[in-house]
This record gives sequence, C-alpha cells and structure tokens, in this order.
Amino acid sequence: MDVLNAFVALANFVIIPATAYGAQLALGALGVTLIYGILRFSNFAHGDTMAFGTMITIFGTWGLQAAGVSFGPLPTALIALPLGIAVTAALMIGTDRIVYRFYRENKAKPVIFVIASLGVMFIMNGIVRFLIGVDDQRFADGERFIIRARDFREMTGLDEGLAFRTTQGITIVVALIAVIALFWFLNRTRTGKSMRAFSDNEDLALLSGINPDRVVLVTWIIVAALATTAGVLYGLDKSFKPFTYFQLLLPIFASAIVGGLGNPLGAILGGFLIAFSEVGVTYAFRKVVGYFGPEDWQPEGLLQLLSTDYKFAVSFGILLIVLLFKPTGIMKGKSV
Amino acid sequence: MSDAATAPRTSSSKTFLLFTLVAVLFIGTGFVQSWNTALTIFNMGLISAIMALGVNMQWGYAGLFNVGVMGFVALGGLAAVLVSSDPVPEAWAAGGPRIMLGLYLGAMTILAAILTYTKLPTGRLRAIAVLVVLIGGYAIYRTVIDPGVEAVESVDPASTGFLGGLGLPVIFAWPVGGLLAAGAAWIIGKTALGLRSDYLAIATLGIAEIIIAVLKNEDWLARGVKNVTGIPRPVPYEVDLQASEGFQGFAANIGADLTTASTITVKLAYAGLFIVVLVALVWLSEKAWNSPWGRMMCAIRDNEVSASAMGKDVKARHLQIFILGSAVCGMAGAMMTTLDSQLVPGTYQPLRFTFLIWVMVIVGGSGNNWGAVLGGFLIWWLWVQVEPMGLMLMQGITYFMEPGSPLSDHLLDSAAHMRLLTMGLILLLVLRFSPRGLIPER
Repeated sequence: MDVLNAFVALANFVIIPATAYGAQLALGALGVTLIYGILRFSNFAHGDTMAFGTMITIFGTWGLQAAGVSFGPLPTALIALPLGIAVTAALMIGTDRIVYRFYRENKAKPVIFVIASLGVMFIMNGIVRFLIGVDDQRFADGERFIIRARDFREMTGLDEGLAFRTTQGITIVVALIAVIALFWFLNRTRTGKSMRAFSDNEDLALLSGINPDRVVLVTWIIVAALATTAGVLYGLDKSFKPFTYFQLLLPIFASAIVGGLGNPLGAILGGFLIAFSEVGVTYAFRKVVGYFGPEDWQPEGLLQLLSTDYKFAVSFGILLIVLLFKPTGIMKGKSV
Repeated sequence: MSDAATAPRTSSSKTFLLFTLVAVLFIGTGFVQSWNTALTIFNMGLISAIMALGVNMQWGYAGLFNVGVMGFVALGGLAAVLVSSDPVPEAWAAGGPRIMLGLYLGAMTILAAILTYTKLPTGRLRAIAVLVVLIGGYAIYRTVIDPGVEAVESVDPASTGFLGGLGLPVIFAWPVGGLLAAGAAWIIGKTALGLRSDYLAIATLGIAEIIIAVLKNEDWLARGVKNVTGIPRPVPYEVDLQASEGFQGFAANIGADLTTASTITVKLAYAGLFIVVLVALVWLSEKAWNSPWGRMMCAIRDNEVSASAMGKDVKARHLQIFILGSAVCGMAGAMMTTLDSQLVPGTYQPLRFTFLIWVMVIVGGSGNNWGAVLGGFLIWWLWVQVEPMGLMLMQGITYFMEPGSPLSDHLLDSAAHMRLLTMGLILLLVLRFSPRGLIPER
C-alpha cells in the first residue's frame, strides 16, 4: 500500500505536471527548431510570438464568453484557438515580408537574423503589453478537474489523492494531435517533403525546383500554429503573463538544443527531458520517501534538491552538460 | 565590416556633429525640464555608455553574441554590496564560518568531480564515479551550509539577515565587480565558446537568469528580494552639503537655491567619477584596437580560418575578449548600484539590461568605441524620454474622446509600453538602412 501511495504522490506532484509542462515545452521547441532548420536562425522573438498568439486567443475567448458561447466542459479558449493561430500566422508572414525577407535575399549572416529577431521581440513585446497589459490573466473555464483528489481517494481507498486537471488532459491530447499532424505533414505531404529537402540542403532543393518562398511561407504558418497552441496550453494550465512567456524562451531553447537543433523528434524529447528534470529537481521528495520508511518516519529535510526559484538553473545545467559532452544534442542536430 | 576603401575620410566631422546633437539633447532637457533631470539621465547615460563599450568589445571586435549582459551587471551590483556594506558581526558569529566551509566544500566537490573525470579512463565506471562524487558532495554541502544559512538569515531579518560586506569604500567595488563578472564569463566562455554562435547566446541568456535567481533567493548573501539599501556613497550626501557653511556660502554666491545646488553638486560629483572611468576605458580600448593585438582580433573576426592558419589561437583570444567585455559590464553594474545606493534584484529585467544595451551598440555603430558611447547616451536618453512623449501622444489621441471612457483610460495606461515598441523599431530601422550604425567602424 505504501508503495502505491508513494507512486500516487509522485504521479500527482511530478509525473502529471511534468508531462503537461513537457508537452508545452515540446510544442514551443518544435517551433524554434523548425525556424532553425529552415530559416537557419535562432528566433529570440519566439516567446513573444507565443504571448501574442495567446493574447489573441484570450480576446477571442472573452468575445465568445460575452456572446454566451461555451464549449461545455472544455475551455472556451479551444474554440478561439484557430482565430489566434490565424492572426498570429498573418503577423508572422507580415514580419517576414517586412523584416526577414530583406536579409534572406541579401544572404546575411545568421547572427544578423538573430539581431533582427531581437528587434521583432521588442516590438511584439510592446504590442502585447500595449493591448492586454502586464498583469496575470486567467482564461480557463469549463470543468476544472477530470479526476478530483478526494474522488480518487474515495475510489481507491489510498491515503494519497491524485488530481488530474482538465487543462493537463487537454494539453496532453492537443499536443499529441499537433505533433502527429506535424509529422504527418512533414513526412507525407508534398509541401512537407519539400520543407525537409530545403532544410537538408538548400541548394539542391532550389535546383530541383522547390519554391523557396512557399517553403518559408508554410514554415511561418506552422510555427505560428505551434507557438500559439503552446502558448494557449501553457496559459490554460498556469496563467497568461507576458513576462513569463518571455522567460519561457530559456527552457524552450534548452529543449531544442538538448534534443539537437533542427531535429523535430529531438525537440520533443528535449522538451520532456527539461520538464521532468525541472519538476523533479525542484520537487520536495519528503512525502514520497516517507512512505518507504517505517511508520511515522519522515526525513528531516524536505529532500528538495533545489528551491523552485532555481528552475532556470535546471534547464541551464542540462544545457551546459549537453554542450560540454555532446554539442550537437542528443538526437544529432540533423535538419528536419 | 572593415572595408577601409568605402570609409569616408570625413567621418570625424560626422562623429563631432553627432556628439554635438546628443549634447544638445541633454542641454535641451536641462532647459525644458530641469537640470536635475538632465543630469540624472546623463549619469545613467555614462553608465550605459560603459556597458555598451563592454558589449562592443565582444560583438564589434570579436563577433561574440552575448545576451547575458544583465547577469554581469547584476554581479557588479553584488560586488558593491559585498565590498561596501558594513559587516554584520552577529550574523558572522551565527553562521558565517559554516557558510564559508559549505561554499568551500561545494567548490571542492566540483573540483573533485572534474579530477575524477579527467583521471579515470573512459567507461561506465567513470560516469558512476563522477555521479557519486557529485551527489555525495552535494549532500555534504547542503548538510553543512543549510543550518548556517538559516542561522544567518534569522539574525534580525527586518534590517540585516545577511553576512554584510567588508565595509570598504564603495569605489573598490568597481574593479571587484569587474572581477566577479570576469569569473562568470570564464565559466561560460570555457563551455560555450568554440561552438556555434547561437549556443553562446543561449548560454549567456541562461547564466544571466541564474545570477538574478541567486540574488533573489540567497538572502544570506545580499538580502534577496528584501534589497540592500543605503550602500555608502563615494560622494557627499546632500544633507551634509546643506549643513556645511562653506557650501551655503557657495550656493549664496552663485545665487542658487540650497536644495537644488546640493542635489546638482552631488550629481556632478558622480558624473565626474564616471567620466574618469569612461575616458580611461575608451582610451585603453582605442590603444588596444590600434595595437597589433587589436589588428589580430579584427583578423580573427573577419576570417577565423585564415587567422588560425596564421597560428592564432582563436578560441583563447575569444575567451580573452569575452572575459574583458564582461568585466567592463560588471564594472558598469557596480557603478550603477553605487549611483542608486541600493541593490534591488527585482529590477533586473533582460529587456532593460541586456537587449537595450544591444540596441545601443547596433545603433551607435558596432566595432567603433565612439559609436558605442554615442549609442549609449542617445538610446538611454530616448529610453527615458519616450515615455513622457508617448504619454503626450496618447493624450493627444484621447483628447477628443470622452474622458474616463475605458478606451481612453487604457490608452493612457499603456503609454509606458511605447518605449519597447520604439526601441524595437529603431533597432530594425538602423539594422536595415544603416547596418553599420551611426558611427561605422573605420
């Protein structure tokens, strides 16, 4: 029984939250890695792209709520998500036309793109703060839990409760759908294949008649969809705050690099690796370990390796280790 | 970047013109707003110029992409506290030695892990040994340091609760801030230099966030989010000036109000100190760039392959300049904390302390020290002034709206965010239409 209790405690506080967080990071990292693979630069504006898409979705949600539309037990934001994606995609394509295309045509060095993305980051950050403000926004509605801690205790007779929130369930399901759709698109469709070809070898791809403008256009649309979805899921699960989204840049980049920049499978793996380490290292394992000892025995300390404020240190530590020992990332930073 | 053929010989007159323009901006601020405001902006402009110089060393002369400026600046701030705060004897008695021992053991653990890694042959045994050393060392470190930290933090937490500093004059903190930043830069550089440039960017972004997290959470070090205030000044206090008879006589002589005269004098004193540092740094950098060493750096930046073929150790030179540039940023950070007389970890924001400095360097002219200095002053002035300008604009827009309507309120509240938009726009425009900046590299 104690082993079961310990497992339930672990699932409740580590496995479920980390899986949800990992799915969000994976979607974010997929966007970063696609831009890196196809447009060949690290997009520092990605966190703010996520914030922008989420903001539009929140506006849509408010509009729907005001109109009395709801999605039953699911959050209304899911209905507004396509709107968020569409507007963000338009913004991405516009940004590409105005900013990045010029440097692409001039064959500028990658670092110039990165600096340009800093400028875009400033502007998007400004727009988001201007439109929605800097405060926390909670926009999750509908049923809050799939399984409540108390129901679980009554159902199983265990001491530990297990709560499974709707937003966590939605995160996992939506992320799964998005990833399957992305891989189907990249591996099965003509456009997806041309994107992979473009990423593998630009010159050869151009030679075989692939239209680069089309590839870039589709990339931005996919990136907008991934970023908005990641942002909305994160916002539903936790809350929306522009600055937090900006800070997500670090774990997202860490996920993409750890997995191997430019490799979508690696981005997913990296996302979960970072999420599980972050949650695992900052969780106080006292309760879990307590179940293994004799009656009433609990370790004196919290058995928490690091305080939760150091979660950046976790992504960073993993990043350093990977950079030191395997600079191309776990999955070999091969292109898409 | 360095095609000398296209560089116009008249660049010095353009430089002069641009600096005059910036001077006019500051003097105009003095006349229109107040001299106090103008000097406040000017002092911070001096510090910004030094930060921009540091970033320019890394970017302009070596092409290294450092987006962790905030972290190095914050380390400088920490140095100001550690050097100049008064020591807290009760806290030292309560847990000082324990914390020191803990830190020593922590450092030894890392050293032991590195030794284990280098001495043992490759294989599973080595991985396990390193892991055992690290986990065991971490456990020992925590058991030693935790009670010490708790004891120190419970010593009068409302006013101290930290170990305090050395109680030395705050000027000494400036070089120490540089040293701290240099140490952090060494660790980062050792790991991330020599890899793809993006990796250095991400690594520096990460270390900056970690440094801020340490400052916020390690209360025994610098009181965390409780902030350290009242850091001693290198210049006299306004109240002391107002009390001194000599100064009263001086104020009466120039016919100025006593309060205004004292605040302006204090600000001028700060400005004097900062100008000395800035001039020294510019002089040193100019000397360095015009020396064989500087030409070697340019050669490495422009073509790493051929430079290394000529026998130059590219990675070592990159590490060197990365450390130098970071140290300059650290020093500027210590100076800033001196100017504020307080360390507030919550105010360190990457947009303000990392990316704004980048705008300064790009706009001013990467690869040119004078450009970096100009960018520092110009962009800092804009950063401060765009907010009131934005508010004026918003007031103009909302003038015809019904006062108190939600839209008009929202617009007025949002004026503060105009500066981010403006900075992004300036960066993109300069990058597109004048990629070499206002004062290009010669």
